[in-house]
Amino acid sequence: MDFSFSEEQQLLRESLARYVEREYTFEKRRAIQRSAEGFSHEVWSAFAEMGLLGLTTPEEYGGYGGSAVDTLVVSQVLGSGLVVEPYLASVVLGTGLVARAGSTAQKESLLPAAARGELLLTLAHAEPDSRYELAEVATSARRQGNQFVLQGHKAVVPWGAQADRLIVSARTAGGPRDAQGISLFVIERGMKGVGARDYRTIDGQRAAEVKLDDVLVGADAVLGPLDGALPLLEAIADVGAAALCAEAVGVMETLNAQTLEYIKTRQQFGQPIGRFQVLQHRAVDMFIHLEQSKSIALLAAVRADSADAAERRRAVSAAKAHLGRSGRAVTQMAIQLHGGMGVTDELPASHYAKRLTMIDFHLGDADFHVERFVADARG
Amino acid sequence: MDLAYTAEEAAFRDEVRDFVTANLPADIARKVLEHRRLEKSDYARWQDILAKQGWLAGHWPVEHGGCGWTPVQNHIFDEETAAAGAPRLIPFGLNMVAPVIMAYGSPWQKEHYLSRIRTNHDWWCQGYSEPGSGSDLASLKTRAVRDGDHYLVNGQKTWTTLAQYADMIFCLVRTDTTVKKQEGISFLLIDMHSPGITVRPIVTLDEEHEVNEVFFEDVKVPVANLVGEEGKGWTYAKYLLGHERTGIAGVGASKRELDTLKHIAKIQRKNGRPLGDDPGFAARMAQVEIDLLALEMTVMRVLASRGKAPGPEASILKIKGTEIQQALTELMMEALGPYALPFRPEAMTLDTEDELVGPDYAAPLAARYFNYRKVTIYGGSNEIQRNIIAQMVLGL
Ligand SMILES: Cc1cc2nc3c(=O)[nH]c(=O)nc-3n(C[C@H](O)[C@H](O)[C@H](O)COP(=O)(O)OP(=O)(O)OC[C@H]3O[C@@H](n4cnc5c(N)ncnc54)[C@H](O)[C@@H]3O)c2cc1C
Repeated sequence: MDFSFSEEQQLLRESLARYVEREYTFEKRRAIQRSAEGFSHEVWSAFAEMGLLGLTTPEEYGGYGGSAVDTLVVSQVLGSGLVVEPYLASVVLGTGLVARAGSTAQKESLLPAAARGELLLTLAHAEPDSRYELAEVATSARRQGNQFVLQGHKAVVPWGAQADRLIVSARTAGGPRDAQGISLFVIERGMKGVGARDYRTIDGQRAAEVKLDDVLVGADAVLGPLDGALPLLEAIADVGAAALCAEAVGVMETLNAQTLEYIKTRQQFGQPIGRFQVLQHRAVDMFIHLEQSKSIALLAAVRADSADAAERRRAVSAAKAHLGRSGRAVTQMAIQLHGGMGVTDELPASHYAKRLTMIDFHLGDADFHVERFVADARG
Repeated sequence: MDLAYTAEEAAFRDEVRDFVTANLPADIARKVLEHRRLEKSDYARWQDILAKQGWLAGHWPVEHGGCGWTPVQNHIFDEETAAAGAPRLIPFGLNMVAPVIMAYGSPWQKEHYLSRIRTNHDWWCQGYSEPGSGSDLASLKTRAVRDGDHYLVNGQKTWTTLAQYADMIFCLVRTDTTVKKQEGISFLLIDMHSPGITVRPIVTLDEEHEVNEVFFEDVKVPVANLVGEEGKGWTYAKYLLGHERTGIAGVGASKRELDTLKHIAKIQRKNGRPLGDDPGFAARMAQVEIDLLALEMTVMRVLASRGKAPGPEASILKIKGTEIQQALTELMMEALGPYALPFRPEAMTLDTEDELVGPDYAAPLAARYFNYRKVTIYGGSNEIQRNIIAQMVLGL
């Protein structure tokens, strides 16, 4: 058994952490969030230069061919710095999907540009009533000669209004909840019939309602197997969920450190409030949540790329459910321990708390993953 | 043992219900039921309606211009108004400073201030907490120095809810630095329009403005505005804190929110079926409902057992009441699934032209979950409430 990170991974972590600490201050983050696009091209270019954007891109397409463990290293640092840039959407999910299932032409046109930071990708899977079910797809893709016509509504698409290309799940056969009959399409945001309604999310990022109104695409827009894309979608969602777990660990680590620092310095009744035993036990619980979360996030990352779907699903669901519950518990305690300060916008801790809470609402919440864990175990 | 309302109580409930049905403005009720932002004018309009009916201070004794409602009647009033979507009554004047003035105020203070509260003329805020004095309130530093027929007040209060709207603030101030800290505190009624007062907003994590910092720089306060005796402020404050905590149980509002949660769970889909039919989610809703049922009975027991200021058992109501409020906001947020994510403060008003994002009830709910983390912090944090029970009830 070997829990150590490779030398490259350690270097990656250190250089990214240095960058985030130096360049990505809390005030800068605020300014970025208030900007028109909600993320910084300057930061994105810096990420490209550091090799982050091509981390998991195959080498022949301008990347480094990294693994889910490399993604964990990066995601954790991004979490610690509460970085809002669309790493998960574009690199982990978008690039990940194209790298796995794209045709040679798709890979050539998308991957090198994405790795250079010139092309932003996102995955549009959710729909207004689908909750966290990837198979629940009402958006339709009708065949019309050699082409497809897409019609439907994709909900809460991360960075849906900023992305250059959206990878959309649509139904090419079957009923609205059938596992069979789902296909993926790469569409350009500027295409006729694509509408994206941009809004802020409560965790400081952006998302959009994406409406597809008779969007006409060629057969070359199909990504992966026609009618049979669900396993692919599930696999990439698990890679994304594992990355979210790693990010959550990073967020939690910083939030815990901020809270600990606060209760060591805040004085009431003539002593630091950290002297009160009830608060000490809360701090200890937060610490234990973090250690357990680190462990299970590691398991998820190691298994996320596994060819054995059952093994992958079990580990990822365990981790995502754990992080959902632990994240909720830790944020509630962190805010409470800060007293009134904990509910202010001014304090970075409240922003960490919001992100940590809302990670549960991406790619399956704790309930969803517990249920999947149980269902898979029953077989 | 009989848990039913008496015939008189049932008649009172019907009277309140009919009045609310006829008089609560629909736009205000909609804001409350849909968790939109309430403006000062919304609160004021409803409180004016109640004042006209003589019900704004219905629970006050008749001698002070109230209706002398029993605690049970007051509970009925609270429950009926909450259920219909009436805004909560701003408590600072009605339920906090008024009982203190009744008990310890001068004849002039009673005459002047109580009538202005009862008629919704003056808006009050509470100036207790300071940057260095939250849970350890007795350490407060804001100074009041006697100078002839007035005090000169210098210092800072913080977290002052709705100070931006207030005409008056009741403050704990230090009038003597030479004695034990609790004994050097006095209770002052200060006009918010006085020269030397500055109000600065504090933005909360949901980007709303309900709390403020209040700065005092050589603010002149007539000695006639001292409540009771100098140095007795701490005693009066403790008396008041008991009053703050019974209101904080919020049973009526929580029952309404539980209904809203059930409504949302009926509409939200999970695997094509109503979320409320999901056994896991249904069980968690039931758990809150059971807690709330127990709390309601506990409130009734406390109310039935004493007519005067509630004792330390009020801490139970504060702890459970706020935990239930938080559990309800949490389940509502979870019910939304991914639609908990959109953050749209612009959708907090009724007349938004804005295109809907998700179901019509969705926009405020996650923000509200985060905002409601405050309820276990303010009014004496739940840790402090537990300390009170441990010391005063359990003798630990
Ligand atoms: C939204 C909001 C509205 C408010 N409105 C008003 C208002 O209108 N007027 C007003 O005067 N104040 C108001 N307050 C202030 C409120 O009363 C204080 O926030 C509260 O008393 C806690 O003080 P603090 O924030 O300084 O936290 P601290 O006292 O610093 O407490 C921090 C943490 O330490 C814990 N702690 C402290 N002492 C102990 C102990 N002895 N044992 C165990 N745990 C302990 C607390 O429970 C908390 O978890 C409001 C606060 C909020 C958040």
